[in-house]
Amino acid sequence: MLKEEPDIIRLFSRKRSANRPHGSGLVMIDTRKLSFDYIRRDKDGEVEGVTRAVDDINLQIEEGDFIAILGHNGSGKSTLAKHFNAILFPTEGTVFVDGMDTCDQTHLWDIRETTGMVFQNPDNQIIGTVVEEDVGFGPENMGVPTKEIWERVEESLKAVGMYRYRKHAPHKLSGGQKQRVAIAGVVAMHPKCIVLDEPTAMLDPKGRREVIRAIRALNDVEKITVILITHYMEEVIYANKVFVMDAGKIVMQGTPREIFSEVDRLKSIRLSVPQATQLAYELKQAGLALPDGILDEEELVEALCRLL
Amino acid sequence: MLREITLGQYYPADSILHKLDPRVKITGAFLYIISMFMFENYAGYLLAALFLTIMIKLSRVPFSFMVRGLRAVVILILITVFFNLFLTPGEPLFQLWRFTITKEGLQSALKMVLRLTFLILGSSIMTLTTTPNALTDGMERLLRPMRIFRLPVHEIAMMMSIALSFIPILTEETDKIMKAQMARGADFESGNILKRVRSLVPLLVPLFISAFRRAGDLALAMEARCYRGGDGRTKMKPLSYKKRDRIAYAVIVLYLILVVVIRRV
Repeated sequence: MLKEEPDIIRLFSRKRSANRPHGSGLVMIDTRKLSFDYIRRDKDGEVEGVTRAVDDINLQIEEGDFIAILGHNGSGKSTLAKHFNAILFPTEGTVFVDGMDTCDQTHLWDIRETTGMVFQNPDNQIIGTVVEEDVGFGPENMGVPTKEIWERVEESLKAVGMYRYRKHAPHKLSGGQKQRVAIAGVVAMHPKCIVLDEPTAMLDPKGRREVIRAIRALNDVEKITVILITHYMEEVIYANKVFVMDAGKIVMQGTPREIFSEVDRLKSIRLSVPQATQLAYELKQAGLALPDGILDEEELVEALCRLL
Repeated sequence: MLREITLGQYYPADSILHKLDPRVKITGAFLYIISMFMFENYAGYLLAALFLTIMIKLSRVPFSFMVRGLRAVVILILITVFFNLFLTPGEPLFQLWRFTITKEGLQSALKMVLRLTFLILGSSIMTLTTTPNALTDGMERLLRPMRIFRLPVHEIAMMMSIALSFIPILTEETDKIMKAQMARGADFESGNILKRVRSLVPLLVPLFISAFRRAGDLALAMEARCYRGGDGRTKMKPLSYKKRDRIAYAVIVLYLILVVVIRRV
């Protein structure tokens, strides 16, 4: 796997301004008082009850951002994400994607071209029977000329480090590899923004690392806006902004460091912090003078060394 | 046991047959199947066998892999053999209780076995050397004239290609569910037919539920990737006949001519 590193880092030609820092100031996704209700119906189609999955959400995501949305199961994070590429439409409020209102049907396909989406189960989103055909599916749908489809397939497979598997059958790949193919399939559509809905939930630790590495490369190198929905705390530390959701509302937002400084609050909404953060927190409780919001082992070791 | 079904599965290899235009292969397989019913004498079978052998060699798909596809239809072949063997009137060879085996019966059973085997192998060469996508692309192009009759050709082709690509996933899933149910004491292998069929219920129910869930997820993923039917869609691998495809058509025509000639011998 390590051999693929150069592939991932290699830049591919893209008409996109390079060297832009996080958050360019251009708003990519803008939700205003967004609410969404799931309507439960009984056997006869009568309304049985209404569940408010997303409740009055106002958030702005800037172009080039790496956003993480955290929350335990049922917190509404997936429902929120599905609004970003017009799979779900708000019950109340509005969502703007790159300035387009998602409720405006004339922009439906423009929005889906702007925001790509990667889902949780890698098996259920692979359409092709050969890796390259699957990656080409999106561009085919968009009506991209044949020659350009091949260029896009090549560059996006290289971007996720899966180029040498281009002739393989997807169902014979590992979970992490399948998920990277799915990401390549979205990248080939040249979206400005990619939403990943728990892309690592069904993967083993190795697969998870592969996928996260690919996602980070896309954000760093390609400057694609990334919205990562997850409940793995370790994945959040790479984001430049974190939103924490609970019961359909955004309850916390800030940098990973700010979020992880509030261990008690995270615990109260049934979220756990990374191990290093947890250990630092416990040590601090026990009386050691450690700073708040330690993110990984290295920082913890450094902070501990300083104490000695 | 479920992994052994190869019918409708692609075998990646780099052979001339893999490179051929799917339309050639579909037409070829179709004509080959028809040719099976054009001759009666053994010379015809020899010719068909020879043609098939050359194709298998050209396809670079291991023969053992191809034969595995036959296992799925063994029962069908056995039933055909049974009926042909015992129910063909003619010159009796020997008698088994109330059944008489006739010379004609023996011959027609043998021919039937050969015919079915060739038929299955012939069509599996097509599916093994053609990716389901190429296969459906080919179908789509061949059936395009049917659009005049308002036949949703693209949609049918897409459905077929998805169905084919989900075969391995669903077989794997069946295997998994089977093991899970066996771990809980389910018994799929003993008892009479009725009991066995009934024991399939705890296998089929979860399988169907998961298939529906998968279908929903897939539809969502396809829409998220801008799928909106066949209009305005471009092709990553557009079909165009090359020199080798014309040669292949010539070979098929040659084979058919030989079949017709041999039939008269």
